[in-house]
Amino acid sequence: MTSPRADREIAVAADDDRLLGSSATSRLLIRPEMGAFVGAAAIWLYFAIVAGDSGFLTLGGTASYLEVSAQLGILAVAVALLMIGGEFDLSIGSVIGAAGMILALLTVNYSWNIWPAILIAAIASLAIGFLNGLLVVRTGLPSFIITLATLFIIRGLTIAITRLVTGRTQLGGMRDVAGYELAQTLFASRIQIGGAGFSVSILWWVGLTILATWILLRTPFGNWIFGVGGNEQAARNLGVPVVRVKITLFMLTSLAGCLVAVIQVIGSTGADVLRGQQQEFYAIIAVVIGGTLLTGGYGSAIGAALGALIFGMVRQGIVYAGVDADWFQVFLGGMLLIAVLINRFVRNRAMESRR
Amino acid sequence: MTRHVRCLLLAWMLIASSGIGLTTTAIAQEGEDLRFIVVSHGQASDPFWSVVQRGTDAAATDLGVTVEYQAPTTYNMVEMSQLIDAAVASEPDGLVVSIPDAEALSPAIEGAVAAGIPVVSMNSGSDVAAELGVLVHVGQTEYEAGFGGGERMAEAGVTNAICLIQEAGNAGLEARCAGFTDAMTEAGGTVEQLVIDLNNPTEGQQRIEAAFTASDDVNGIMALGPTGALPALQAIEAAGRTGEVQIATFDLSPEVLTAIQDGTMLFAIDQQQFMQGYLPIVLLKLYVTNANTIANPILMTGPGFVTAENVDQVIELTEEGTR
Repeated sequence: MTSPRADREIAVAADDDRLLGSSATSRLLIRPEMGAFVGAAAIWLYFAIVAGDSGFLTLGGTASYLEVSAQLGILAVAVALLMIGGEFDLSIGSVIGAAGMILALLTVNYSWNIWPAILIAAIASLAIGFLNGLLVVRTGLPSFIITLATLFIIRGLTIAITRLVTGRTQLGGMRDVAGYELAQTLFASRIQIGGAGFSVSILWWVGLTILATWILLRTPFGNWIFGVGGNEQAARNLGVPVVRVKITLFMLTSLAGCLVAVIQVIGSTGADVLRGQQQEFYAIIAVVIGGTLLTGGYGSAIGAALGALIFGMVRQGIVYAGVDADWFQVFLGGMLLIAVLINRFVRNRAMESRR
Repeated sequence: MTRHVRCLLLAWMLIASSGIGLTTTAIAQEGEDLRFIVVSHGQASDPFWSVVQRGTDAAATDLGVTVEYQAPTTYNMVEMSQLIDAAVASEPDGLVVSIPDAEALSPAIEGAVAAGIPVVSMNSGSDVAAELGVLVHVGQTEYEAGFGGGERMAEAGVTNAICLIQEAGNAGLEARCAGFTDAMTEAGGTVEQLVIDLNNPTEGQQRIEAAFTASDDVNGIMALGPTGALPALQAIEAAGRTGEVQIATFDLSPEVLTAIQDGTMLFAIDQQQFMQGYLPIVLLKLYVTNANTIANPILMTGPGFVTAENVDQVIELTEEGTR
């Protein structure tokens, strides 16, 4: 495995004498997102051949899978940072349900303006992330267990409180809420290109991917994330504020969940207590397909974004290919397996050629 | 599409995704001219929806058309509306949808109508179908079915019932529960709601058992589907209260029918979901090829009741997977 530092310096200082003898190809191959890039191209090509004449290649078809990819991608990019930092967050799907319900309850039930309601939803999400992070660093228990617990607690609270307050599990009527117009433009509008409506969430996805990549590769905080995930003790000895880094990462992940909730609630003009179920797994799948190691210390935000792109293409692609939905989960699991194998293969080959 | 073609496709996909690549011939438009897509909210693991899918498959075979069946992996309206968008972009000759959450699905359904694709709704959404521009709704009106169930249960002497919801958030189930509650209340009884997770029957059984151990007054359970009825039956048996706690359910499954035959279950409300899969395909084909429409806004497939009297006949059909 490359050390995060060396990995970073490949990009920064390609003429460093430590890298003499490594070819341009192997430098490219060793990037964590390379496997996902090849995978995305292969999946696109596959559907272009099999389903090209039934709408996959049209602008409408492209818009449809990019929207799915965008919503997952927003999550995946944040989860990638967290996983590079060596932790998991299984509660993120429940955060989507909770944040969406908070937004809908405050606006529809209590007639708030949409903006303060979004602010409260974001603060609540950040608080959940803070709590996740605090529990993990203070107890030293695996984040897998801690966030598995919060997954159920938050989902249960969302269902219980919503039913207590409204007696229902779905809330609609966002369209009539004060401030909806502007929020709709910002979070859930469609940009018309050639007769097809491209969801504005695609811009959020791309923007966040760029931001996360910049943080990872160009800021001290990014360096800390690699350090904390690679070797926590060593990072601590070097003076990296491990606790602060981890808690911040959990908070960012929850905030990404909140953003997806806001996009979904405004887009579908309502909330449902079950929103976001299984998204935590889909996000992890996208991140792993994107080349991030489960053990932390190695990975990329661009890879996670490509992983989400693959997910979206497969999810929607099987509609165009005319395959029954029964098979979707088979593809998903199969792709995860293949992606991990390809990543390992590519990385091992690249490592060997460096020696 | 035949099972063989599906398997082949699966193999192709796995090979292609491994990056090896393989040239394939387009298989999408092999044979039939008309292509209809069904997007429902029901997971294939639910025995109820498996019968609906049998209905669409049978219609496809009988009428010589292609029918593709899509559903989200969990009860997720965002994912479902995205599937409808994809279906619309693939320009089918007709679309069949279920509408459990009109607010979340209406943009996608209106998009389909605007794109000139004939849409038939089925199962859930009878109250909103017409205003969304859907040709006709094929299904059962949930409130009325629940009300009928409540009347029958009160007749059987039940005074304090549990309404068992196996899919929190489904407006159709909530309407059934409301109808049931109103009928029971009219007859002087009470109803409490209990929500369980249909994907975890063991946990569901524990919760139901806890609910009627906590209160001795409970003497009836109305399950809103077989995925709730089975754990409820087991809970009653485990607590040794067979006969004391009456149970009825919406929708059929082999186990439900056996229970009715044995006398451990009062009745099942049958919405005959095979027709909800079959008829929309017939209606769409007639609309597309012959410009025929149905004059009623709702084509009602239920409620019908399965009781000890007609259960034997229904059992035979269930074994074929069509009831």
